Amino acid sequence: MSLLEVRDLTVRFGRHRTVAVDGVSFSLAAGGRLGLIGESGSGKTVTALAILGLLPGNADLSGEIDLAGHRIATLSEQRLSRLRGDVVSMVFQEPMTALDPTMRAGRQVAEVLRLHAGAEAGPARDRVVAMLAEVGLADPERVADSFPHQLSGGQRQRVILAMALINAPELVICDEPTTALDVTVQATVLEKLDQVLDASGAACLFISHDLAVVSQVCDQVMVMLDGRLVESGSVAELFTNPKHPYTKGLVATARLDAVEPGQRLPVVEDFYHPATGESR
Amino acid sequence: MQLGLRIAKRLGVFSVSLLGASLLIFAITQALPGDVAQVLLGTDATPEAVAQLRAQLGLDRPWLVQYLDWIGGILTGDFGVSHLSGDAVVSLLLPRLAVTMWLVGFAMFGSLLLAVPAGMIAALKRRSWQGILVSASAQVGMAIPVFWGGILAVVIFAVWLRWLPANGYVPLTQNPASWAAHLVLPVLTLSAVQAAVLIRYVRSAFVEVLNEDYYRTARSIGWTPMRALFRHGLRNVAISLVTVLGLQVSSVLVGAIVIESVFSLPGLGSLLMTAVAQRDLLVVQGTVMFLVLAVLAISALVDFSYLLIDPRQRTGREA
Repeated sequence: MSLLEVRDLTVRFGRHRTVAVDGVSFSLAAGGRLGLIGESGSGKTVTALAILGLLPGNADLSGEIDLAGHRIATLSEQRLSRLRGDVVSMVFQEPMTALDPTMRAGRQVAEVLRLHAGAEAGPARDRVVAMLAEVGLADPERVADSFPHQLSGGQRQRVILAMALINAPELVICDEPTTALDVTVQATVLEKLDQVLDASGAACLFISHDLAVVSQVCDQVMVMLDGRLVESGSVAELFTNPKHPYTKGLVATARLDAVEPGQRLPVVEDFYHPATGESR
Repeated sequence: MQLGLRIAKRLGVFSVSLLGASLLIFAITQALPGDVAQVLLGTDATPEAVAQLRAQLGLDRPWLVQYLDWIGGILTGDFGVSHLSGDAVVSLLLPRLAVTMWLVGFAMFGSLLLAVPAGMIAALKRRSWQGILVSASAQVGMAIPVFWGGILAVVIFAVWLRWLPANGYVPLTQNPASWAAHLVLPVLTLSAVQAAVLIRYVRSAFVEVLNEDYYRTARSIGWTPMRALFRHGLRNVAISLVTVLGLQVSSVLVGAIVIESVFSLPGLGSLLMTAVAQRDLLVVQGTVMFLVLAVLAISALVDFSYLLIDPRQRTGREA
């Protein structure tokens, strides 16, 4: 049985019942790595929030989400809260704002531990520092004692990573975890994520708009467009034999090594026109 | 900014405001029609007698001399002497200051105790009837004048239910139980009226938190909505709430003056009212100066409380 099973997930918002996610189905095995790729507004984050049961109050959800033997939609808020941060955790996109500005980083990580494992403050501190070191922070003691505004974007994102991983969850959802970071930091954070996921054996749903980034972490990938899954398969398949015109565009933009010097860089619109949905 | 510089700057603003306030207070009391000599001698007095008494009291001197005399005294802790009773203004003020400070202090505390949980519920349940009920009650509460609220409280709790005394005051040192009983109704009334104003701020501050990324993070690690707001929202809300509280202080003081007359409390308010009616100008000036001092001191405290609440103001980029 797979760890995560999503069947015919549809999410609508507000009075006009605008469709954000439209009949999405996929599954993810324990320890698997699945990329979800698409542009902003394609429904990636909404899918992730639906899995966590964190959709806003004006969202209307249909379909089924089974996570580690729990049917998400039927759980009470209390039961869901016990899963979040323990069985499933999330790494958010905005390292600058995703941490509480008034609380030291170490305490925010320790909180995840104490919330679920009921750990005492003393041992919790040791585990927090060890976890911060594991996600690649050179000076974990100092980072633990710092407030978020005293840390760089890369450091903050590692703190968030530590929060997501410290309870050894079965599934880690990463929502564009490196988009806000500059490219050199991006590479080291991705490398670290890859290592830590390997070490813990956690499954990962990795959301991004960047095929190159997804291919560094995942072996399977799904392409989302306007709330629907338009294509899925292994990363290798997608790169060598993209079927949907939108995917073709993504592959071309991700493979800049194929571009001759002096040639115009490819854009997705060369392959797929968003307004008409027609390929060129 | 460096802490020392910041404190020095704040103290500078504090002194200049105080000086400005003293000028204004003096000018306004001088502009009041009627004078204490007339009050002392009664309506039958001859103009000559009134002029003679004015000269005796030093009221015929140029206003600048009178102002410097007054402000110079204040700087050495001497607020002057009441023309009417001959008592030192300070000795009139201090026992009454205690009453007003208890009232204002408890009312500020009480209004927070009411407004924070109510505002939190109003934010969290803003789409259901509980939230709408809280917001609607706050609207109604804001529309109720403080004196009317006081009278209502007296009618219900003192006259009908006979739980608490309707008015009067007993000093803490004399009888603590009776002191508390006499303060309950005025404090409750003032708290409720202030809370009605505060709830709106608290609610909108918490609604903002609900849209923050760190709130979503708190939810994603397993906090329930209420506990996420407590753990990660309260401190962030406090930063904006202290500002509002600082601005509210003067309106609480005004409310306290009204409440004091409703409940016949011997506080600064009733002292001020009598002094104004009798044109006892030095008492008026002294009392108002004290109130201004209190407001300015509290707003300075508010400014420094940011340092306690918000680590971004306390520490630079490097720890």
